[in-house]
Amino acid sequence: MAELSHRESAIELEDVRKEFAVRVKAGRLRRERKRVQAVDGISFTIERGSIVGYLGPNGAGKSTTVKMLTGILVPSGGRIRVAGLDPSRQRVELARRIGVVFGQRVQLWWDLPLRDSFELLRHMYRIPLDRYRANLERFSDVLSLGPFLDTPVRQLSLGQRMRGELTASLLHDPEIVFLDEPTIGLDIVAKAAVREFLAEMNRERGVTVLLTTHDLADIERLCSRLIVVDHGHVIWDGGLDELKRRYGQERVLVVDLEESGPALEVPGARVIKIDGPRQWLAFRRDETSAAELTAAVAAQARILDLAIEETEIEEIVRGIYAAG
Amino acid sequence: MGEARSLLRIYVLLVGARARAQLEYRASAVLQLVGTTLIAMLDLAAILILFDNVPRLGDWSVAEVALLYGIASISFGFADLLVGHLDLFPEMIRDGTFDGILTRPLPSLFQVVASDFSLRRVGKALQGVAVLIVALTQLDIDWTLGRVLALPLAVVCGVVIYAGVWIALATIAFWIVDAIEFVNAFTYGGNFLSQYPLTIFGRWLRGLVIFVIPLGFVAYFPALYVLDRPDELGLPEALRYVSPLVAVAVALVAHLVWTNAVRHYRSAGG
Repeated sequence: MAELSHRESAIELEDVRKEFAVRVKAGRLRRERKRVQAVDGISFTIERGSIVGYLGPNGAGKSTTVKMLTGILVPSGGRIRVAGLDPSRQRVELARRIGVVFGQRVQLWWDLPLRDSFELLRHMYRIPLDRYRANLERFSDVLSLGPFLDTPVRQLSLGQRMRGELTASLLHDPEIVFLDEPTIGLDIVAKAAVREFLAEMNRERGVTVLLTTHDLADIERLCSRLIVVDHGHVIWDGGLDELKRRYGQERVLVVDLEESGPALEVPGARVIKIDGPRQWLAFRRDETSAAELTAAVAAQARILDLAIEETEIEEIVRGIYAAG
Repeated sequence: MGEARSLLRIYVLLVGARARAQLEYRASAVLQLVGTTLIAMLDLAAILILFDNVPRLGDWSVAEVALLYGIASISFGFADLLVGHLDLFPEMIRDGTFDGILTRPLPSLFQVVASDFSLRRVGKALQGVAVLIVALTQLDIDWTLGRVLALPLAVVCGVVIYAGVWIALATIAFWIVDAIEFVNAFTYGGNFLSQYPLTIFGRWLRGLVIFVIPLGFVAYFPALYVLDRPDELGLPEALRYVSPLVAVAVALVAHLVWTNAVRHYRSAGG
């Protein structure tokens, strides 16, 4: 049985959808009900023991997906398995086997010292005492919790609190942890500590991690695989290097020529679209510069106007980078 | 049974932590307690003023109404102590606390109920106890074992009925986060309704508190039994015995409503 569960994937999504009904103002008093697809047919599988970055601009459906995976929201359609369980129907059982951290929300008890919060969690999750002690000792050590274990949560700094939240999410030896922006607002030292900790938990205990973040360094340090969503769809699923290689290098030069004509033939670029006198030339950043390319085009035809476009995927990734 | 024991233990731990936190500000806790007790006194004053003008209310004497009032207030007070913080439930949805609750391996309703415990609200129950004692000294009750046991049983059932009704109403927040004033109207209105004899209300309102939101079973019907009064409404005599069944039914319905409502939870933000 254990063998079997070891082979199955940690997380499976099949054509998962989430639709929200929202009321939109239509006229002065009237409000119309509108259906919004927050998640619109997402499928992916995550193997046990991997660290996957789940990215996308705000409102892309990231948090909604994570909330469905953790049993907070009930999907409108599709099939979800997390640790072999259906999150919305087996929420309580699943909760024992996963850990969740929402970077911008406090999940610990505000009035209680960290130590008391952990003690409460020990009862809630029915953690065996020896396991609990060993874990707490280990995490205190790695995350240097010692100096503030007896301070009420409300008096902790953001970085201290996040270290407490991480400990809280891992005390019960979860198989999978979901981290929503775990490094947001932290200083560089705290960020590094959080990353090292996660990498170590993954290496040492084989914990599967699904991480949403805006921080490129989180991704570079931790994630072997990236899933990028936008408008409720998966628009990229693969390695970070591959993403950079595939999209990060390619740009498009748009030229308005004096006259319509056949596709330009310029070394280092290919015409991907023609609309009358306007042509789109895709080129790789590492092979040609925009200036060289413009000069090459100008040698063949008169240019009235030009613009450089980044490919859409790069815009998205760039947005992710910029916010970090 | 092990499950229930473990829940009870966690409840005591959580609520104990909240109570300790409240007692850290002792002066504030005491003042709030005094405040709620004084406000509860105003309720009673309203009844006394009423009896200053009329000798009987719906054919009930002042002592008999005080008995009703006592049972209703103690029930309300304890229900308020246990689940009164449901009026902050919309806040728990808004600030994401409820998201966190759903990631923990315990029933969500249990966690919401266990999330707070307002010591200051005990004022209402204390005042109810005082009124009940005074009422009992004034009344000439033919005490039997059944009647003696009926009083605490009525309070237990009353607490369950109040709490169940509030829980069911609080689920409105899953759809409309800002509905709390509407819910409060029922909560406090319900308290008002159950501390007067049903006979003084109109037909429509009586139907409501007997068949729809069964607050009549908090105090009125148990009081008929304790006082051994005929029911002027001409309702079946059996009704005065069924408060425990009503309480169980209310608890089941509240649980069902909650479980269904959670599936409609939309969470806050993206």
